[in-house]
Amino acid sequence: MHHVVLERWSRGSSPLHQRDARAKILALLVLLVVIATAQRQVPLLALLLSALLIAAAKWARLPAWGALARAAVILPFTMVFGVICWLAGDPARGLSLVLKSYVSALAVLLLVATTPLPNLLRGLEAMGIPPFLLMVAQFLYRYLFVISEEAQHMRKAAAARAPALRFTGGSVRFRAAAGALAVLFARSYGHAVEIHRAMLARGFRGVFRPLETPRFAVRDAAFLACAAAAPLMLRLCVERFA
Amino acid sequence: MMRRLVEVRGLKYRYEDGTRALNGVDFHLEEGESVALLGPNGSGKTTFILHLNGLLTGEGSVEVCGLPVNARNTAAIRGKVGMVFQESDAQLFMPTVLEDVAFGLLNRGMDPGEAGDRARAALETVGIGGLAGRAPYHLSAGEKKRAAIAGILAMEPEILVLDEPTTFLDPPGQRALAGLLAELPQARILVTHDIAFAEATCNRAAFFQSGIIAAEGPVADLVRRFDWKFELERSKSK
Repeated sequence: MHHVVLERWSRGSSPLHQRDARAKILALLVLLVVIATAQRQVPLLALLLSALLIAAAKWARLPAWGALARAAVILPFTMVFGVICWLAGDPARGLSLVLKSYVSALAVLLLVATTPLPNLLRGLEAMGIPPFLLMVAQFLYRYLFVISEEAQHMRKAAAARAPALRFTGGSVRFRAAAGALAVLFARSYGHAVEIHRAMLARGFRGVFRPLETPRFAVRDAAFLACAAAAPLMLRLCVERFA
Repeated sequence: MMRRLVEVRGLKYRYEDGTRALNGVDFHLEEGESVALLGPNGSGKTTFILHLNGLLTGEGSVEVCGLPVNARNTAAIRGKVGMVFQESDAQLFMPTVLEDVAFGLLNRGMDPGEAGDRARAALETVGIGGLAGRAPYHLSAGEKKRAAIAGILAMEPEILVLDEPTTFLDPPGQRALAGLLAELPQARILVTHDIAFAEATCNRAAFFQSGIIAAEGPVADLVRRFDWKFELERSKSK
C-alpha cells in the first residue's frame, strides 16, 4: 500500500526530514502557487521544478524513481481532463494541466514522505487548521490499516468459500461486493464506538492535547527562505529568458 | 481490614434495542483482590464492567472507592478505574505509542514534559520502552496489549479492569502478561474465557449467567461446578 511506504520514508533522518513541518508546508504552498499560476513555458517550468523536487528527494535520501512513480497516481484523473482539452482543440492546455498536476502531486508527496504524520498534523494545527479536521484526518489514517486488513480477510474468506466467484456474472459479484462493503461499514461503526469508549475511559473531553510543541528554529527559517525562493526564481528565469 | 474498592448493588441494564443485559448484579471488590468474571458469551460480563467507570449507566447502585458512579464523579472515577479493552486497536489510536500512553495524563491536565516522563516509565514497566516512537499499527498483538496496559498504568489507577486480556496472545505472550499482572499492586477484574489464565492470576471468580452473578468463589470451584473447562469427552471417559 502506498501509505505504508510513505510512512516508512517519512521516518528518515535526513536534513529535510528534520526541518519543521511548518517550513515545509509553506514552501510547498509557494511551489503550488508558482506552478498553478504559470501561463507561459509550462513544460519547461514543470521540467525544472521536477528536477528541483528530485534533487530534494535525493537530499532526503529517498528513491527518486519510486517518488516519481508514486506521484503518477494522479495521472489517470488528470489525463481525462487533458484528453478532453485535446479533443476540444486545445492540446497545449491539456498538456499544461497534466504537467501542473503531476508536479503538484510530486511536491505534496515529497512533503508527506519527509514529515511523519504526527508532525505534519501538529504543523498544520499550529498554522491554524481547525483541530477537528486534523483529528478526522488522524483517525482516518490510523484506522485505514485496521479496515484494509479486515477487507483483505473478508476477501480471502470469500475466495475460500467461492473460488469461482471471479468467473461468475457481474450481478453476482456486484451483490457480493456490496454485501462485503456493508459488513465493512458496520464493523467500522463498531470500531468507532469502541474507540470512543476507550477515549472516554481515559478522560477525553473533546480536545487533543499535544505531547510536544513544535519549535521553529533559525535553520527552518533559512530552509523556508531558500525553498520558497527557488521555484520563484525558476519561474522568473523561464518567463524572462525562454 | 481490606478497603472495599467496588460495591455494586442490584445493577440492571437494558440496551436500546430492548435486550436485557443485566438483571440485578451484586458484586464487590476489595483492595489487593484479583477477580475473574466467567460465564457464557452474552451473559453480561462486558456490559457489567462498562458500568464501573460510567461508560454505561443502568439502574441500581455502583460505587468506586466510595464515590457513586454518576456524571459528577465521572472524571475522578475514570482516574481510579483503568480499563484495558479487548481489542487493543480500539485503545491505541494516537500516532505513536508514547503519545498514546500519555493520552490519559494529558487529558488530566498534566504538564506535557511530566506526562512524557510518566509515559516512558510506564512503557519500561511493561517491557516495551524501546517502542515509544513506533506507530501502534507496527506492533505485534502482544506488544499492542502491553502498550494498552502501559496507557492505563501511566494513569496510576487503583483498579485494573481487563476485558479478555489473552485474546490474540500466543502462549509466551500469555505467560508474559500473567507475570506482568502478578507484579502490579492494583486490584484487578478480568473478563476471560481462558481458565488457565484465570487460575494463574485470580484468587476469586464470579460466574455470570443471564445477566446475574449465579455464583462466586475460588476459580477452581466454579470451574468444577459449571463444568467450565474445555475437555474432550473422549479424554474424560479415559
